[in-house]
Amino acid sequence: MTEVKMTVNGKAASGNVEGRTLLVQFLRENLNLTGTHVGCDTSQCGACVVHVNGEAVKSCTMLAVEANGAEVATIEGQAAPDGTLNTIQQAFQDHHGLQCGFCTPGMVMSAAALLKDNPKPTEADVRHYLDGNICRCTGYHNIVKAIMAASGQDVGTIAAE
Amino acid sequence: MPKDHGIGASSKRREDIRFLTGEGNYTDDINVNGQAYVYFLRSDVAHGTLNGVDTSAADGMPGVVRIFTGADFEAVGSIPCGWQVTDKHGEVMQEPRHPVLAHGKVRHVGEPIAAVVAETLEQARDAAEAIVLDISELPAVINMKDAVKAGAPKVHDDLTSNLCYDWGFVEENKGAVDQAFKDAAHVTTLELVNNRLVANPMEPRVAVGDYSRGTGDHTLFTTSQNPHVIRLLMGAFVLGIPEHKLRVVAPDVGGGFGTKIFHYQEEAFVTFAAKACNRAVKWTSSRSEAFMSDAHGRDHVTKIELALDKDNNFTALRTDTYANMGAYLSTFAPSVPTWLHGTLMAGNYKTPLIYVNVKAVFTNTVPVDAYRGAGRPEATYQLERLVDKAAHELKVDPIKLRRQNFITQFPYATPVAVEYDTGNYVATMDKLEEMADIAGFKKRREASEAKGKLRGFGVNCYIEACGIAPSNLVGQLGARAGLFESCTVRVNATGGLVVMTGSHSHGQGHETSFAQVVADMIGIPEDMVEIVHGDTANTPMGMGTYGSRSLAVGGSAMVRATEKIIAKAKKIASHLLEASEGDVELKDGAFTVAGTDKSVAWGDVTLAAYVPHNYPLEEIEPGLEETAFYDPSNFTYPSGAYACEVELDPETGQVTIERFSAADDFGNIVNPMIVTGQVHGGLAQGIGQALLENCAYDSDGQLLSASYMDYAMPRASDLPFYDVDHSCQTPCTHNPLGVKGCGEAGAIGSPPAVVNAVLDAMRSGGSKVDHVDMPVSPHRVWEAMQG
Repeated sequence: MTEVKMTVNGKAASGNVEGRTLLVQFLRENLNLTGTHVGCDTSQCGACVVHVNGEAVKSCTMLAVEANGAEVATIEGQAAPDGTLNTIQQAFQDHHGLQCGFCTPGMVMSAAALLKDNPKPTEADVRHYLDGNICRCTGYHNIVKAIMAASGQDVGTIAAE
Repeated sequence: MPKDHGIGASSKRREDIRFLTGEGNYTDDINVNGQAYVYFLRSDVAHGTLNGVDTSAADGMPGVVRIFTGADFEAVGSIPCGWQVTDKHGEVMQEPRHPVLAHGKVRHVGEPIAAVVAETLEQARDAAEAIVLDISELPAVINMKDAVKAGAPKVHDDLTSNLCYDWGFVEENKGAVDQAFKDAAHVTTLELVNNRLVANPMEPRVAVGDYSRGTGDHTLFTTSQNPHVIRLLMGAFVLGIPEHKLRVVAPDVGGGFGTKIFHYQEEAFVTFAAKACNRAVKWTSSRSEAFMSDAHGRDHVTKIELALDKDNNFTALRTDTYANMGAYLSTFAPSVPTWLHGTLMAGNYKTPLIYVNVKAVFTNTVPVDAYRGAGRPEATYQLERLVDKAAHELKVDPIKLRRQNFITQFPYATPVAVEYDTGNYVATMDKLEEMADIAGFKKRREASEAKGKLRGFGVNCYIEACGIAPSNLVGQLGARAGLFESCTVRVNATGGLVVMTGSHSHGQGHETSFAQVVADMIGIPEDMVEIVHGDTANTPMGMGTYGSRSLAVGGSAMVRATEKIIAKAKKIASHLLEASEGDVELKDGAFTVAGTDKSVAWGDVTLAAYVPHNYPLEEIEPGLEETAFYDPSNFTYPSGAYACEVELDPETGQVTIERFSAADDFGNIVNPMIVTGQVHGGLAQGIGQALLENCAYDSDGQLLSASYMDYAMPRASDLPFYDVDHSCQTPCTHNPLGVKGCGEAGAIGSPPAVVNAVLDAMRSGGSKVDHVDMPVSPHRVWEAMQG
């Protein structure tokens, strides 16, 4: 067992892990941050996306020991301390960008990483960027729309409620 | 003006807050103190004699609590099948035993053979590697037509063959249908495959079993669309646990699409093992396990024929389908290719004579059962591909041929046993033509061609049967369950309501839309209504969510229970108002005496019910809580018309969806935003089936598409923005809300439009091909275009 220490959502976190423990396991099982989900075992689905030192990372593909000393951000730390949703979260609710909610934490974290690098993405940019995030419920329409809306773009011309 | 609350408003979803902040409570987020973990050792061969399972090397390994094999489950019941189909000779289907853990034989890759319970999942997995399996491999049957040949290896040695049933529908019509084909001016024939799919909800299945020796109570937390059904099937038929000692909880569930309807071995295992080990046992499926243990969908091979007279009127339809059951009968598997498929073969057309033959076949593959649409996508795909082919052969416009044969009078009794109560297929087609900008297609095609691409336009109609189902009818058809729905409405003293429904929400947003209905009926804010679902301990016995039934059946139960509440509250109000009950009306959350300014607020009435100081106790009981069970009198029949426009690269065979338009008639609508989202999701799954997805086995029964590396899930870049409309509304005539259901439409209606569009594009490039099977992958398209 190895001791790991990291900052998660601005708070110090530590624990003893095996060498094979994945970051997502550490978050879910040691820290009880169950908002980060596991939807596959081949690094394809993106339900487990978190930020490590500001970069989007699939936490199923990183060992907990690799995140030692890192700044980690998860879905639990995205809203304001008083519970107010951040811009991306609010856009997902406003534009019905989620249904079952299982892929949603990864979608929100990926969207945040995209908008940091590309503050006004085109539809094609968003769709391309989400290649590593699979959603089975929404058909992506409202996810793409929500992310474009969160970037401050007018999505009024995109069809439907 | 769109409404801002109540029925018809696009209320934002209340459940989103927890899902967007990581506070959802999915089954894998549940951990019971002291729980152990189970890992299933699964068969890696498709068919074999299981001579022995040697666990001696694994038993003493670190952390191992206990290892279970098939022998431990000999006294336990078979995983039950919920529907018994009777074949065309009047014989009941062949129904094999379905063990919790394989015993004597293994019958598909992924079948669980042994289960290791250990302190950690890693220890369970390590120990499973030390188990030695002695399996004599047998020839596998994978192809359905091979499976029913004389001398084929048998999946089940105790059955007479691999044929589960040979179903004819309607058998008495067969002679007349055959005669109509002899008399036809034109016959169009098509052979096609409805490709095998994997539902792939993003949350893999999870089951946690818990048991208390102190009380004898079992609890199962599971990823289910219908916890009461699991409790009944597992309790009564598998483990022999009475329902009052078994609680089943399906908390937040991350998508279902049908595959979480069924009762699976893993649920029975963790429930059984929790008692045997005297501690909670948790199983979390990996995605790889999900591919080989979740029930698959579709997998039909069909020959379909249409007879037309000299004026292009449809005179008869005849189909011959092989439907894959896999190695065992999953919960509702036998009903899918029969009563959810044959009864839909009339589609939107007044074809007077129809005969459907379905041979259900056992193969050495994962069991196949309902997946979004379940039988109805298979019916729609065949019929709408066939009609398009007929139009092409007859050189008539495919929309014109459809319109000419539309059913226009309702109610309409089809020749396949169902009666459509209402619909307006002309209206949805009119709407679709407007949305799809058919007039502009020529220009768009020219623009594509200028880039060296081909462009195609495809259309189809669909009809589906939802709101499953009238219990007495489905009982006659072989269902071993009632298909009513239930609801208890509890009004609290201060006026808020808790609505406990037997329906289950796993993405559909019931917590929002159901609350809209009740709030609207009483005239109070939506946030005064809480929707509770998913736990057998605090909801009345209900049948759950599938077949687009939640609002049509569960919502009807909720309306009935709320009506009872209002009726009682009105009695209390009339007492408080010292008025005759007939003069009291409920409006905007207050009871008023007609023609006066006398009024009492909703909250004063509910308070009186629980503080009955001034209360007619001699006439009515205190309290305000009512339950209703609703059994529908008919199915509902959503319908619509879809159009797809594709661009095709003739160099590579790559197809892209450029436009997709969907005009649906769902009857009345409670939350347009949610309905639109449901259609979007269905369209993505239908387009996925048409272009991308395929569950493939090799001839030895090895599953070739067992991960997201190999099974092509639709991604954001594969799909367009959709144009969705549901302004054509013919309300259902037999349920109180006039609703029809919208959950499956997109998946049912979209595959034929896509394939019709691809063929149109191919033909525009000079191809003579008249069919390509789904998924119309670049390889298949390119190959077909070569020759």
